[in-house]
Amino acid sequence: MSQVSPLIPRFRRRVLPGFGLSLGFTLSYLGLIVLIPLTAAFLRTAGMSWEEFVAAVASPRVVAAYKLSFGVSLLAALVNAFFGFILAWVLVRYTFPGRRIMDALVDLPFALPTAVAGIALSAIYAKNGWLGGLLEPIWAGGVGKLANLVPWVDWKALLGDKLAFDRPGVFIALTFIGLPFVVRTLQPVLAELQPELEEAAATLGANRWQTMTRVILPELFPAIITGFALAFARALGEYGSVVFIAGNQPQHSEIVPLLIITKLEQYDYRGATAIACVMLVASFVLLLLINLLQKWSRRYHQI
Amino acid sequence: MAGASTSLAAKAGAGRAVGPRVIRNPWWVRVAFMTVAFIFVIGFLLLPLAAVFTEALRKGVGAFFAAFTDSDALSAIKLTLTTAAIAVPANLVFGVAASWCIAKFEFRGKSILITLIDLPFAVSPVISGLIYVLVFGAQGWYGRYLDAESPMLPWLQQWLIAQDFRIIFAVPGIVLASIFVTFPFVARELIPLMQAQGTDEEYAALTLGASGWQTFWRVTVPNIKWGLFYGVILCNARAMGEFGAVSVVSGHIRGVTNTMPLHVEILYNEYNFVAAFAVSALLALLALVTLVLKSLIEWQHQRVRPEKTSA
Repeated sequence: MSQVSPLIPRFRRRVLPGFGLSLGFTLSYLGLIVLIPLTAAFLRTAGMSWEEFVAAVASPRVVAAYKLSFGVSLLAALVNAFFGFILAWVLVRYTFPGRRIMDALVDLPFALPTAVAGIALSAIYAKNGWLGGLLEPIWAGGVGKLANLVPWVDWKALLGDKLAFDRPGVFIALTFIGLPFVVRTLQPVLAELQPELEEAAATLGANRWQTMTRVILPELFPAIITGFALAFARALGEYGSVVFIAGNQPQHSEIVPLLIITKLEQYDYRGATAIACVMLVASFVLLLLINLLQKWSRRYHQI
Repeated sequence: MAGASTSLAAKAGAGRAVGPRVIRNPWWVRVAFMTVAFIFVIGFLLLPLAAVFTEALRKGVGAFFAAFTDSDALSAIKLTLTTAAIAVPANLVFGVAASWCIAKFEFRGKSILITLIDLPFAVSPVISGLIYVLVFGAQGWYGRYLDAESPMLPWLQQWLIAQDFRIIFAVPGIVLASIFVTFPFVARELIPLMQAQGTDEEYAALTLGASGWQTFWRVTVPNIKWGLFYGVILCNARAMGEFGAVSVVSGHIRGVTNTMPLHVEILYNEYNFVAAFAVSALLALLALVTLVLKSLIEWQHQRVRPEKTSA
């Protein structure tokens, strides 16, 4: 990907002005706003002894929050990968009245402030809400049946018996905010997919199911994984929409970002920073993974 | 994106699948896909939006507008507008500078720089707030500087103390946190766009005797204006709607450091639901305007969406 015209010899490539100014400004702004404050967080943790650090990040309440945040984020991202695929397919392949409106609406979770999303979702899925009155008895009944069938697992603690203000609330909020990622990474790939590929498969005798699973899905796989990882990363850090609908009971429906805020409010800066550092490392690893995935999917696509 | 699918769509009738018969799914798959998609979009997107406006108008138009006569609500709106008015231009200038040096020049470490620009999207909003508390809080570097016995630049310390200049639990912290969370929006919109446009037009302008600034204002800016606008509206929506990061640095002082989303939280926790949803409705309206503008740009210019979607 060369931005330099081949007609311009290499030694003259900085003939455009403003390189020093723009790079200098970019680096100082990046340093001041992002890098120095982020380093401060790590330096603060470096000042802690190993025992202090372990005590801060491995207490039962913190471990429970990590389990919940990672588990539910993973689940929400998986659900988004599945429904995101269907949504992207419908938006690219089918025409129907309201398609453009549906396409525009997919971005709503990006545009709607998270606090607004949180109170709106709890208004819908709470017991006295629009859907909650209908769905909550079904959910509670299902959990009760599971408890009878498989009594050695504490299903009520695992799945909760309410929708809003319990664990399912966390899942609803995280699914909402992760919804656009898979759709938006998949749409361009799906639109560029050559119809010839599918025609060739059909000519060679594949039925529609074989074409879908052996030709189309492998082609879309990198984009689905990228969207999944983006949704997962976003869900891990989400705070605003979750706190309004989760119920926030410690060791049950308390997510990691909320725990960080709780520690801060108790002036436990070290504890908050230690928990934050673990989350930061997790998100950096995810960012790295997403970048690698995107490189891989681009290479995969060009062949 | 919109362009590619619209042209495909034009060939098929409404409600029909696209493409020759052999590569179509059976009708029941189409029906199932459409049903699932509609249920998902209605349950997760349309209903929450409708809920905001319905709950806001539950006790009538009078109660709705009463929510905005409160002085705390007005100061929250004012603070949100002020924050966006600083954060958006700051990130706009940064975005243009960053994409200028990344798209128009070759240098070592460019891909690292691009990754670093994306970094704030990977950081949880709560942690974005926390890092500013660590730097500027009472126990942070800034707090220790104010307390120091023999500081560097003693006159600055004296002046800051005399002014009672605070960053955390005050407006500067809110602005900083908002800048952090909206940091990549303009840059990541412009970088792929300017990379695709290349440098030929700028070279031509320079060859014809234009100065650097003339080239920038008359050649580059007209070329990127839609991408710029696109980045700005997304950046603005996030700056006005940010909750987590601002919540950490604000201190929740009513009428002083509450932005609109924080005001919504306070009203909601006080069981003042109509007012909470009324302020939310204003924010939801902003989101809708953002989506409409964004879609208009996409439809009119049929621009190809960059592979990485904005977060």
